[in-house]
Amino acid sequence: MDILTLFVVVPVLTVLALVFTKDLKQARTVSMLGSFVQLGMAINLVFAYFKEKEVNDSIMVFMKDLVWFEHFNIHYTVGVDGISVAMLLLTAIVVLAGVFISWKMEDLPKEFFISLLVLATGVYGFFISIDLFTMFVFFEIAVIPMYLLIGIWGSGPKEHSAMKLTLMLMGASAVLLVGILGIYFNSNADGGDLTFNILEIAKVNIPFEAQKLFFPLVFVGFAVLGALFPFHTWSPDGHASAPTAVSMLHAGVLMKLGGYGVFRIAMFLLPEGALFWGDFFLVLAAIGVVYGAFAAIRQTDLKYINAYASVSHLGLVLFALLMLNKTAWSGAIIQSLSHGFLTAMFFALIGMIYGRTHTRDINKLGGLMKILPFIGAIYVITGMAYLGLPGFSGFVAEMNIFVGGFQHPDMFHRVLTVLAVSSIVVTAVYILRLVGKIMMGPLETNNVENLPKATWYEKTGILLLLIPVIAIGVAPLWLSDMIMDSIQPFIQGVIK
Amino acid sequence: MDITYIYLIPIIPLAVFLLLGINSKKIKPAVSGYIGVLGLFTSFLLSIYTAYQYFFVIGKIDGEYQQFIDKTTWLNFTDTLHIDMGILVDSISIMMLVVVTTISLMVHIYSRGYMKGDDGYTRCFAYLSLFTFSMLGLVLATNLFQIYIFWELVGVSSYLLIGYYYTKPSAVSAAKKAFIVTRFADLGFLIGILIMGYYTGTFDFETLNAVNPETGMLVLNWASTSFMGLSVIAWGLILIFMGGAGKSAMMPFHIWLPDAMEGPTPVSALIHAATMVVAGVYLVARLFPMFYFVEDGFALNIVAWVGGISSLFAAIIAITQTDIKRVLAFSTMSQIGYMMMALGVSGYDGHEGVGYMASMFHLFTHAMFKALLFLGAGSVIHAVHSNYLKDMGGLRKYMPITNITFLIAALAIAGVPPFAGFWSKDEILVAAFENNQILYYIGVFVAGLTAFYMFRIYFGIFWGKDKKYEHTPHESPMSMAFPLLFLAGMSIVAGLIPFSEYVSADNKGFEAHLNYPLAAIATTVGIIGIALAWVFYKKENSLSDKYAKSFGVLYKWAYHKFYFDELYLFVTKKIIFNRISAPIAWFDKKVVDGTMEGIGNKTVVVSDKIKGMQSGKLQDYAFAFIVGVVVLAGVFIYLWK
Amino acid sequence: MIAGISIYEILTLTTILFFIGVYGFITRTNLISILISVELIMNASVVNFVIINKYLYPDMLQGVLFSIFIIAVAAAETALAVSIIINLYRQIGSVEVKETEIMKY
Repeated sequence: MDILTLFVVVPVLTVLALVFTKDLKQARTVSMLGSFVQLGMAINLVFAYFKEKEVNDSIMVFMKDLVWFEHFNIHYTVGVDGISVAMLLLTAIVVLAGVFISWKMEDLPKEFFISLLVLATGVYGFFISIDLFTMFVFFEIAVIPMYLLIGIWGSGPKEHSAMKLTLMLMGASAVLLVGILGIYFNSNADGGDLTFNILEIAKVNIPFEAQKLFFPLVFVGFAVLGALFPFHTWSPDGHASAPTAVSMLHAGVLMKLGGYGVFRIAMFLLPEGALFWGDFFLVLAAIGVVYGAFAAIRQTDLKYINAYASVSHLGLVLFALLMLNKTAWSGAIIQSLSHGFLTAMFFALIGMIYGRTHTRDINKLGGLMKILPFIGAIYVITGMAYLGLPGFSGFVAEMNIFVGGFQHPDMFHRVLTVLAVSSIVVTAVYILRLVGKIMMGPLETNNVENLPKATWYEKTGILLLLIPVIAIGVAPLWLSDMIMDSIQPFIQGVIK
Repeated sequence: MDITYIYLIPIIPLAVFLLLGINSKKIKPAVSGYIGVLGLFTSFLLSIYTAYQYFFVIGKIDGEYQQFIDKTTWLNFTDTLHIDMGILVDSISIMMLVVVTTISLMVHIYSRGYMKGDDGYTRCFAYLSLFTFSMLGLVLATNLFQIYIFWELVGVSSYLLIGYYYTKPSAVSAAKKAFIVTRFADLGFLIGILIMGYYTGTFDFETLNAVNPETGMLVLNWASTSFMGLSVIAWGLILIFMGGAGKSAMMPFHIWLPDAMEGPTPVSALIHAATMVVAGVYLVARLFPMFYFVEDGFALNIVAWVGGISSLFAAIIAITQTDIKRVLAFSTMSQIGYMMMALGVSGYDGHEGVGYMASMFHLFTHAMFKALLFLGAGSVIHAVHSNYLKDMGGLRKYMPITNITFLIAALAIAGVPPFAGFWSKDEILVAAFENNQILYYIGVFVAGLTAFYMFRIYFGIFWGKDKKYEHTPHESPMSMAFPLLFLAGMSIVAGLIPFSEYVSADNKGFEAHLNYPLAAIATTVGIIGIALAWVFYKKENSLSDKYAKSFGVLYKWAYHKFYFDELYLFVTKKIIFNRISAPIAWFDKKVVDGTMEGIGNKTVVVSDKIKGMQSGKLQDYAFAFIVGVVVLAGVFIYLWK
Repeated sequence: MIAGISIYEILTLTTILFFIGVYGFITRTNLISILISVELIMNASVVNFVIINKYLYPDMLQGVLFSIFIIAVAAAETALAVSIIINLYRQIGSVEVKETEIMKY
């Protein structure tokens, strides 16, 4: 079996194995082992990719093609470039960390881990597919378990949140499907068969009229998942209700499908549409960046703060993608990765704090650093990384985006870039407000003195996420070059 | 020349930070203190060695101090733009290396005594090392982006150290304020960097600052694009200076500095007096050729005026404050204003560049005596457990070493010969006199004010009323006294270094002469200030209150720091929080989310309405069916006719 | 072929019969009446089959055959329906449509 298909097969096998487990202990062990294998494969893939790239110069490597449904020319086609490799690594790490964080999931553990891994399967499949239809199928596989995960294991108004989230994402999927079919039916503009294969379609000149029509559909379809203003409202409620590991996976990985899809499909296949619609969506994205940051200042629920922060940070991803140049795009991808790790860390920490103090209201928390030194220290580090401190991945990403944005000769892009840059100050405000409120200051009275310290599995989960954040932040060159190389063929369509 | 060993200077503190930071709970306090001091001592020795090598052995080639650069690519943006990491060795970076490692070493030694018994002893040393690492990285930066990176790291170490007593709400909010205010200023810095990067295609100081030896002008073509009548490069410089002003606590970004005194006193000495706050001055000096040549020094003029005004403003406030650390904080701001002003009035070639040299000289001497003042103040605070002047008095009997060293520092800052401050201040005034008379008069006036407020607190602490103390104050232990003595020694001799030989704008060096008339005026003004303080504060009396009353409103305004804090509070609380953030949060909840929820709710309502049609009665369905058939039949018949 | 009577007259008759059935089906509330109405509709169509066969294609038999087929099916269906109705009557003691709404939703 080829190296990529294994990425889908292993989680499926893990799910099958989970079906036969009896209790929490078995379920978590099986999930952990499965995710460990997955992480090993992802790391191996990075090395294999570099090795393969030396001899193989095509856009996608490790290609595999199987006919799935001949009549409509639907194939199961897989292949990766540097960007998908990075995304797969992100997914593998976040899933494993998520399993560790859910170590004490007492409630229906088997079903929980099964749903979690089904979700992961969808995400893995999405990142390796290069056939639009297969991609869409995996996309749906990833979105559906979310409903169960929030609806069953969530907290607060979980049914409502789960419903809202699923309906909005499904609505987006419907729009997206129309867009994808639109691309499909225009994929023979130069003669030849209709095809779903991205690489084939990219060679075809889709008529401008069609691009103009379908770009917004595809873009919005994906961007809803990437929390584009004003379609972001599923995210705060959804995150607030979701259990910890699900928030981690959702904000850390699932939301990245949005930016990735925009990059892979909307930008690559519909470049003229992107040029036509770019400015309009750019304004929306820029609004999202600033708006999310300002909205985060006023929230009092830890998860809401993080959700709005995600709106702001992922707004930056879409913003960078719409800047349509190499530096900004590379920034967008690194920002996706960086935000994936960081937000997963944040949600994990929030889960730990909530698990101990049973509140997420920042007005009821204070001085936790004193009693929870590990969690406190990591929280401060995460906060600092989140506000773009050099030495962490966020800085690398943001600088790529800002420099990229500023490379535009015209005033419009510049002004928007400056607007986006100003969000770093607002980010500092809400992060420091948060850290100052809950970690520092006097101990709030309703906190019990003897809260349990962080356990080994919590520490493992957190460190798994922290290591790549620092690795990217301290030595970004290997990642940045890998991504830049992979962007090259994609940017050409836009430049021409 | 092999300069790679210089990498060790910042890396050793980093290693110490990682060691202490990760194992903060496992390492015994006594051990961690030694680790910190030892690490810094190594860096200190290396810096001294580097300075010796550079200034006396290899630095000067053909009568000009050379730049040595070693760098590697850290991140690629475009084909031409990239961030490098490396070290740049020239006279000012070497000078800063010496300043930072010296002060940091002294502060490390001092902290062993001052922080004894504190919970976070190890944490303190870890943060100090982190700060030292970042500051050294900043000093050695080879390009704008590298300096920005370390700039931010310095900012965060400052945040951590101000918030060192993190259970104290005032410390937490001071830390937050410091970070956010400087972050806001850094926004300007970052945008300035972006502008530079785009219009010049490089971030390297080497390329940006390159001066054509034949024409004596900047190689860079700065006049190609203009925006609102000013070259974009000049705009970039102004924005970069905004970052510098934020970190150096210039108006109007100064509000964080007094609050930053919430940190432990050694930290204030290291960060908020001697090293970090001069980063802005260093930044301007680093880009000095650009500041000087672009638009004929338009941006440099702004630097001069901001420096001069901040200097005056801070000196006036300093007179009225009662917290000795705050007096010192405003004094720092005032002295940094001096340095900025000196840079601003400087020329480039030879003796014309006296302002540049004076600024660096003052930076050097100021670091010594201001650190000494802070450490002395720390020693006093350690003894009487209060920051306030009203709790002090007559301490000279109990603390002889502190008394003497504080006096030396006060004399140095007041500009009394032959102490260090006299020499550097004199050069600054010379530069101002030659280029900008108004700033010169401001400078002289500030010199008088400085002498006055400094002796006000000196007399207030060590003379004045004889207070009865609950616990008899005692002299500090040797670990604290040694740095005081060392720095006092430096404050005496540092002024005698022939600085202009080594540091000058065009790197060629020149011979500076004392300008006797100007020196006499400045010294006289300083002595008048001291004499006034003598009259007012030597003995306990009511003279000062009477005069304070006679100034009325001015006194009140100065006491309240000209209401800058209130202004900022108004802007952040009232405008950002309540006028921007709250409406956005409301808008999100009600309008954006409301629309989405509304669509959902309306769907439910509509489906509730039409639900009745699915009655489940076969006959209704049959009726609908038949009506449908009839209608369709009618339509078809009509159409086919 | 019936002398003196054209196909239109018979078709008119069956149409009337059909719509009477439809009317009964929609308006009646008694299950038995509804069943009878369905029979009327069915019979109208059976007559149509036979008539159209006889008048248009006299030498063919499909229409007639089909009508026999329908009659057979109708008989079976009626038996089924009646048995349901009887069972329903035993359950709820009524053959009114309204009373059978317990299965709704």
